[in-house]
Amino acid sequence: MNDNKTTNISHIIQVKDLTKQFGSFTAVDHITFDVKRGEIFGFLGANGAGKTTAMRMLCGLSFPTSGSGTVAGFDIMRQGEKIKSHIGYMSQRFALYDDLTVMENMQLFGGIYRVGKKEIDRRATEMLQKLKFASERNTLVGSLPLGWKQKLAFAVATLHRPEIVFLDEPTGGVDPITRRQFWEMIYQASSENTTIFVTTHYMDEAEYCHRVSMMVDGQIKALGTPTELKQQYNASSMDEVFRTLARGAKRGD
Amino acid sequence: MTIEKAIEVNGLSKSFGTVKALDKVSFDVQRGETFGLIGPDGAGKTTLFKILVTLLDTDEGTATVDGLDIGRDYRAIRARVGYMPGRFSLYSDLTIEENMEFFANLFGVSVEQNYDLVAPIYSQIEPFKKRRAGRLSGGMKQKLALSCALIHKPSVLFLDEPTTGVDAVSRSEFWDMLHNLKKQGLSILVSTPYMDEASRCDRIALCNSGKILDIDTPSNMVKKFDGNLYGIKSKEMYSLLKALRGDKTIINSYTAGEFHHLLADNGFDAERLKQELTSSGHKDVEIKPIVPLIEDVFIKLLSNER
Repeated sequence: MNDNKTTNISHIIQVKDLTKQFGSFTAVDHITFDVKRGEIFGFLGANGAGKTTAMRMLCGLSFPTSGSGTVAGFDIMRQGEKIKSHIGYMSQRFALYDDLTVMENMQLFGGIYRVGKKEIDRRATEMLQKLKFASERNTLVGSLPLGWKQKLAFAVATLHRPEIVFLDEPTGGVDPITRRQFWEMIYQASSENTTIFVTTHYMDEAEYCHRVSMMVDGQIKALGTPTELKQQYNASSMDEVFRTLARGAKRGD
Repeated sequence: MTIEKAIEVNGLSKSFGTVKALDKVSFDVQRGETFGLIGPDGAGKTTLFKILVTLLDTDEGTATVDGLDIGRDYRAIRARVGYMPGRFSLYSDLTIEENMEFFANLFGVSVEQNYDLVAPIYSQIEPFKKRRAGRLSGGMKQKLALSCALIHKPSVLFLDEPTTGVDAVSRSEFWDMLHNLKKQGLSILVSTPYMDEASRCDRIALCNSGKILDIDTPSNMVKKFDGNLYGIKSKEMYSLLKALRGDKTIINSYTAGEFHHLLADNGFDAERLKQELTSSGHKDVEIKPIVPLIEDVFIKLLSNER
């Protein structure tokens, strides 16, 4: 079957005027931006700003009401299924099956993304060695500490070698050391040209990103490198930038 | 006689099967103090809260709340504490107003009687008082839960991760509300996984895996940090980090945002490192001494433990 893939060398995400309406409510209101290959892109916003709705559209889980764009080379309006199979996704709430072992989770998710059995085994072994988890391959995921689970979830989300991974609050509740190890994994993936699209409530994590966008009331109100945004808003930290922007929010929480 | 200590905890331990949720935990909270338990999931924060509000028995150790023993005087304690659990625990099918009345009735008071105490918080959601709790946004649920925990005018308030999953602005507003309650003399024990909230507490306990690593004021925690901490950045942050790991004068290095942080020993020479990195191909290297944050303190304490 023909993938009908639009090849764009430099941009993995390109969207224009992306909009989602639920009845009379405009959850996402004409957002336009692009994400470069290998970039770590922070997608920030207050509760209720429309981040989740926007992310669902980018992941092919929901079709926009209007607008246009591509993710990993596929049309956001028509090729939701293609997008789903070509991206990686990890959420904080649900990432792995607790009552399957480490290896079984790898096999399950690898299988869903149609990676061959032998190839799953090879990649999983390599990943577990890198994470120093090799001895835990037959351990039930439910019995692992949260920090390990999150690192493992990232490994699973990238097992099928997607060009882009969406991370939805990946580090909530983990200890500071693990949080940093997690970011090291992100840096490594990015240095190998995997694009990282990440949401977080930890404002210091915004500083880790190459570029950051801030959503307020369904619109992208600011976009740039952390250094640019801090200059633009005359702020010493991303936390301050966020406060300045989010205080102007009319809707939400 | 007034009791000086709002909470006194001596050697509390609690296990679930083979998991030691709390391991000989001791601390106390002064009257009128806002005391923060700061640590990740699995630190034992929720178990500790449940024991102190008498919902769970301890395996070992003793504790008092408002001068009352958690074992012997559990009924009296329940009447005096306000408890906001980490998970939303109000009745979704009842309206805002009905939830408030329900909790007031449980404690034998009326909403009007203690209205002044809850007014600054409750008035923000009162316009929606006919709305069912299950249909409220996260921020409104949080305000309702706090109002319900306060309606019987407790002397000690227990808040288990009230700000988890809430955005930075709402978190900050929540701490402003706690500050107002503190001014009215309330003693508060509050837990959070967000280390940047430490500065909003009078004193904090840093905890991890059932143990308390240290207790002090947030500013003392930072002052006590003995070690040379630097921030470093270059164009390629990942290869920079790998290079730092090979330097013998660097004790620890980790990602921290725009700059990586590195903990150096006394033989460390920033100029030399910069030259070495530059000559091995790193571009735009910048190194500067930095003041540690609570996270740096936590990482150092945790590294010592491990």
